[in-house]
Amino acid sequence: MTTTVEAKAGTNLTVQKITEQFPDKAVSLHSHQGEDTVLIDKDSIVDVLRFCKTDSELDYNFLMDLSASDHLEIQDRDYSERYEVNYHLLSTSTRDRIRLKVRLDEDQVERSLREETGLVPTATGLWGTADWMEREVYDLIGVRFNGHPNMKRILTHYKFVGHALRKDYSLKQGQWLDEPDDMFDELGESEGETHDLFSDEMELNIGPSHPAMHGTFRVLARLDGETIKKAACEIGYLHRAFEKTAEKGTYTQVIPYTDRLNYCSALTNNVAYCRTIEKMLDLEVTERAIFIRVIIMEISRIIDHLICVGTNLVDMGALTNFWYTFKVREEIYEVLESLTGHRLTNNYVRIGGLAYDLYDGFEGHVRSCLEDLQESVKDVLGLIQKNRIFLDRSKGVSTFSGDDAVSDGWTGPCLRASGVDWDLRRDVPYYHYDEFDFDVPVLQGGDVHDRLLIRFLEMEQSVRIIEQALDRMPGGPVNVDMRSTVMPDKPGRDGVYGNIESLMNHFVMVYDDIKPPAGEVYEATEAPNGELGFYVISDGSGSPYRVRVRPPCFLIYSAFPKLIEGGMIADAVITIGGLNVIAGELDR
Amino acid sequence: MGLESLFANKSGFLATKFDKLINEIMNWGRKNSLWPYPFGTACCAIEFMGVVSNKFDISRFGAELVRFSPRQADVLIVAGTINYKMAPVMKKIYNQMSDPKWVIAMGACAACGGFYDNYATVMGIDQVIPVDVYIPGCPPRPEAFLDGIVKLQEKIENETTTQTFAQPPRQLVEIKT
Repeated sequence: MTTTVEAKAGTNLTVQKITEQFPDKAVSLHSHQGEDTVLIDKDSIVDVLRFCKTDSELDYNFLMDLSASDHLEIQDRDYSERYEVNYHLLSTSTRDRIRLKVRLDEDQVERSLREETGLVPTATGLWGTADWMEREVYDLIGVRFNGHPNMKRILTHYKFVGHALRKDYSLKQGQWLDEPDDMFDELGESEGETHDLFSDEMELNIGPSHPAMHGTFRVLARLDGETIKKAACEIGYLHRAFEKTAEKGTYTQVIPYTDRLNYCSALTNNVAYCRTIEKMLDLEVTERAIFIRVIIMEISRIIDHLICVGTNLVDMGALTNFWYTFKVREEIYEVLESLTGHRLTNNYVRIGGLAYDLYDGFEGHVRSCLEDLQESVKDVLGLIQKNRIFLDRSKGVSTFSGDDAVSDGWTGPCLRASGVDWDLRRDVPYYHYDEFDFDVPVLQGGDVHDRLLIRFLEMEQSVRIIEQALDRMPGGPVNVDMRSTVMPDKPGRDGVYGNIESLMNHFVMVYDDIKPPAGEVYEATEAPNGELGFYVISDGSGSPYRVRVRPPCFLIYSAFPKLIEGGMIADAVITIGGLNVIAGELDR
Repeated sequence: MGLESLFANKSGFLATKFDKLINEIMNWGRKNSLWPYPFGTACCAIEFMGVVSNKFDISRFGAELVRFSPRQADVLIVAGTINYKMAPVMKKIYNQMSDPKWVIAMGACAACGGFYDNYATVMGIDQVIPVDVYIPGCPPRPEAFLDGIVKLQEKIENETTTQTFAQPPRQLVEIKT
């Protein structure tokens, strides 16, 4: 409890400072579950953001999330504005978070859309993070930003009509559209005559269906010889409306959709989502559930890194490593399949605990997998660590400095490979991570080599955490004893089949599901790719009003053009593998 | 006599037998050396990697030579969700493939949209291109995928060479919004 009290005192300082500095423009709104919210006047949002970033005491160096929501259907709200834009800031020095909120009238928004003028001042001058996030807000909600360099749609097709996340846009209103955008405007003016046959420059389109682009990314590059002079990315080829769909079901029904965000490590997404809802309900899960969650999260981290490492080395032409990494992955699949019933998109975590307890022999099974993992990691490292081809191709390629990484909202292994020492598991501990003995590997190079190598180091640390968690695994139930949150057991005298109360309880749980109190919550979890945040707004009913995902690789990929400009095409291919961009999470 | 009347009749004994032999040889070759184009977009693509890798080993069925050029591929494996933005791209890839060509819809999303019944997702790729084999599952197990390959091989075995030209795909239609 002490940590939350401290954190609260810290954020109160932020609120105090902001309201003192901007007395007419900022109002402290509420503090819900230890999260403080300040309402800011639309026109001074950039000044407030700049103050938060530059003030030495506040030092908010991360713009973690920027999202918007449509409050059309919130009953009895005490404000008239329909739209809200939310900025979530994080300071890595004080470890505080703050939410800044801007409210917008429907008329204002409609007018700016009609006249194609900006409305909210853009934060792109302060953080690179804002670039794609503001485009996403424009795409899905329809709020335009003033001064944004490239105010175009990002997830849906460029000819899409309407804004999908608005409450008056129907969930099932699909639109057949034709060819993708040519994106030439994003490349800017060419120095020579671009379409002249005898000019040195040419434009090359890579993707979306291209082996190097891992399925769904598209890059348009202006080349001079084989050097990329300017590049632009397009995403959205796997946009499958997670956020909109999540609003239509109950809180529990969202969990299977979270499996398919980062499908290489489905269980981490499960845990991240359930942690958010549990924070909303002010619920502490049982000790046994915590330890099992830690184990499955670390196993997910390992298999995610295995995929990343394996495919990235295939991109470099080293196919053997892929067989080595995939062999272990298959073995871990067997553990997960015995545990959850599914190989890839596992669905095991529930709000308030877990679907069921571990199976007999889980511990031995995991330990033998970990031994095989260490063996195969040794094999892979033996093949690449001193391999001249690997070192020449990856060292010093696509370097990204720590400052740039922070500005662009990078988190996770990619950030730590750029020399920034930040890991939520150690710095804002949850689930007893502060009691486990593990290190956070940090490398300084910021190039493809370090981004790949750090994943091997992280796998070693995950093995340490899993072994400690297995040693310390407590007994007891895996679900909290709370009839309004957790489904009752089915067999047994006290179960659904045994007595009428449990049957009624089951019926009510299926029909009404969990009803968290009205409010908004942001909760971050250290996923294999970085900070996976869920920002959920509840209106007190049985289904979430708005579910926003803060996907780590969305921001990592947004820096991709900067990374590859000046390099060769072959460097771009290995760079994208090292970033470990997962399309399901990128496009949602 | 005899011979002339035999060849005047287009379905003559000699010619039919020869046709059948050619057919069988060609189908045998085609079914045992399928070159897949993995159009992998989502989770199913990761499971497809599992099919290709050492444990399940798709090369036992002669289909391990994965090609990323539509010109060199026989079977388009659509592994993953196809949304309205991707559908024209997929259709273009399909059109670029040379005949004979087959399509496998791997997983619930490609087969029918899966549980993504929303504004972004195409409810099954058969709204855009013709499909030969549907493999259910979210994602399907590798065994299910291999079963799908075997089913496709059975289908190819029973085709006549004139049948293998695919039916024209349905046109993308624009709907009023």
